[in-house]
Amino acid sequence: MPRSGIEGQGSAEGRSRDPRGEISLLAVPLPAPAGGRIVNRRRFLKDLMTCVVSGGLFGGTLLKGVARASAIEAGKKPLYGFGVQVDKCIGCVRCVAACKNENNVPKEPFFFRTWVERYIIKQDGGTIVEAIGILPHQEAEVITEKNVLRSFNVPKLCNQCAHPPCVQVCPVGATFSTEDGVVLVNNKTCVGCRYCIQACPYGARYLHPETHTADKCTFCYHRIKKGLLPACVEVCPTQARLFGDLKSHASPLTRFKRMNKIHVLKPGLNTEPKVYYSSLDGEVR
Amino acid sequence: MTQKLYELLPQIGGYIYPNEIEIHWGLLIVVYPYVTGIVAGAFILASLVKVFNVKEVEPLYRLSLLTALAFLLVAPLPLLSHLGHPLRSYEMFLTPQTSSAMAMFGFVYAWYLMVVLLVEIWFVYRKDLIIWAEEEKPPMRWIHRALSLFSRDVSEKALEFDAKALKFITIIGIPSAFLLHGYVGFIFGSIKANPWWSSVLMPIVFLFSAIVSGVAIVIFLYMIIIPLLGKTIDMECLDKAASFLFYAVIVDFSLELLDFIHRIYESEESIKILSELVMNKLFLSLVIMQVLLGMLVPLGIMVIIKVFDFKDELRKLLYFVTVILIQIGIFSTRWNVVIGGQMFSKSFRGLTTYKMDITGLEGLLYSLALLILPFVILAILLKILPAWGKSGEEALES
Ligand code: SF4
Ligand code: SF4
Repeated sequence: MPRSGIEGQGSAEGRSRDPRGEISLLAVPLPAPAGGRIVNRRRFLKDLMTCVVSGGLFGGTLLKGVARASAIEAGKKPLYGFGVQVDKCIGCVRCVAACKNENNVPKEPFFFRTWVERYIIKQDGGTIVEAIGILPHQEAEVITEKNVLRSFNVPKLCNQCAHPPCVQVCPVGATFSTEDGVVLVNNKTCVGCRYCIQACPYGARYLHPETHTADKCTFCYHRIKKGLLPACVEVCPTQARLFGDLKSHASPLTRFKRMNKIHVLKPGLNTEPKVYYSSLDGEVR
Repeated sequence: MTQKLYELLPQIGGYIYPNEIEIHWGLLIVVYPYVTGIVAGAFILASLVKVFNVKEVEPLYRLSLLTALAFLLVAPLPLLSHLGHPLRSYEMFLTPQTSSAMAMFGFVYAWYLMVVLLVEIWFVYRKDLIIWAEEEKPPMRWIHRALSLFSRDVSEKALEFDAKALKFITIIGIPSAFLLHGYVGFIFGSIKANPWWSSVLMPIVFLFSAIVSGVAIVIFLYMIIIPLLGKTIDMECLDKAASFLFYAVIVDFSLELLDFIHRIYESEESIKILSELVMNKLFLSLVIMQVLLGMLVPLGIMVIIKVFDFKDELRKLLYFVTVILIQIGIFSTRWNVVIGGQMFSKSFRGLTTYKMDITGLEGLLYSLALLILPFVILAILLKILPAWGKSGEEALES
């Protein structure tokens, strides 16, 4: 059970899938891990209030839409997401450095909340991948412009899955989904069993060598709650990284999703990532 | 710790996610399923006597129960020792996450220990404990009296009740033993992120390999302890137990073969990296130790024993070699599942390496100690609760 000060309970999966949106009167409290009932009840009451205020007890779609927009502006719970424009990433890895600084990630090259992969697809069809500036090239091979078919950089981070296997397997509920769609680890209760690390298909987690608890990207939860951007987004010189509220029509993320063909990583695993990629190459896993 | 990771860097082949260099579940987690497997297997052997009335293996009955108990007592230790915060492990009882397979460990364990094994052993030994306590001097007398929970009733009716209770517990016990180890298989089999683990067959393969290892270790112990006690090995019992072992190995082998063929035939995205894993990193432990030494050779020996009419002495020797090979094979199986499953990248583009420590909690010496501990516990258990000899006197002699 998350026992941090963060009001994180109802599963993000439940929320994002709830077609009634977050203000419907009919919204029954979502199934939440024990201990989340109070939060849910509070949310339910809030929802009720919003509904009454907007005068839409059985409001039509239009009314509901208006109500939703105003509700978000009135400080309603957002649903955070992340966008990566693969074509814009120049592989400068300033994001990686910023993340390590911001979040106390150990400096050694074995612990990352985010990293950038460089793909080189060769004329002969072979693929070379490296984590930029971290792991050695897979082949000591001279790459010339001639034998390169295409090349691109792919920033990676925790996908804040709406259906997160890491949350499912954690035996003590130390890893949990917040209502705003971020998956967090409570390092006060994590027992360090590392089951979540095994369960994450994206290699997004590591065991912090000092706290001996699991750690991973939080979208810089401490920053976004203050209205700031995640550190990596802030430093990215090309805006390859985007952050925003998936429920808000005005957020850059929503615009990004509207304007691009979007893909997520390993969709076949049904983890429902909330990190969206544009121009993602099929070679990326 | 990070120093060790630097040493691994040059050994990475291909591309792995940067967080994947460290192998998170090491030797301790290899020991864990190995030990629980023996518990489940030994218990199922014991059930043969009670539920299926296989009279020939009666001499193994008590030994298998005590073996199961000795190993069960050790089973949580490797798990606890590998936690980053062992002192917080009680959280798994207080606030278990019901969706987590691992959270159920404590409950499955407690059920098996308290409801099945201890109760069964108590009913098995109750009458003897009372008789022993009558005839002995302190302090053994006190121990046995206390262990009998101060019951004194050895009347026909009471003994009849014991027998009925035993039958009942064994009947619950079999599914519980299945649960105990099938569940361990599920911990791995349910991880969809890992194609080496993720398989519905995993719990069943675990179960049968558990039966194999449990039966083999009881035979092994029987063949060592009986001569030490100056008694003679009951060849009829040995043959019967060995033939159970034979069938269990065949089922286990077929299941693993099925899994193998299925993977190759389906040939999913991960097949390339998995075959690289098997051919490069696991060749010795999988192809040689697990399949060849741990399965085919023992199967061959057992077939030969069945076909030819060997003398007792030679048969004993062959059985002994077989059960040792089988233990090596099953330990390799656990190794290949646990360590093998972490040596390839989930990007399916590269392999990493596992470097075993010698000292420390994750080290070889500690794991060896954990593997020896059940035998020490068993020796003590056998002192207090002799496994052979019906009456108190006979037991005292031994
Ligand atoms: S990417 Fe991995 S760590 Fe992040 S939410 Fe998904 S499963 Fe969990
Ligand atoms: S290591 Fe992961 S699964 Fe284990 S307790 Fe910590 S957060 Fe939960």
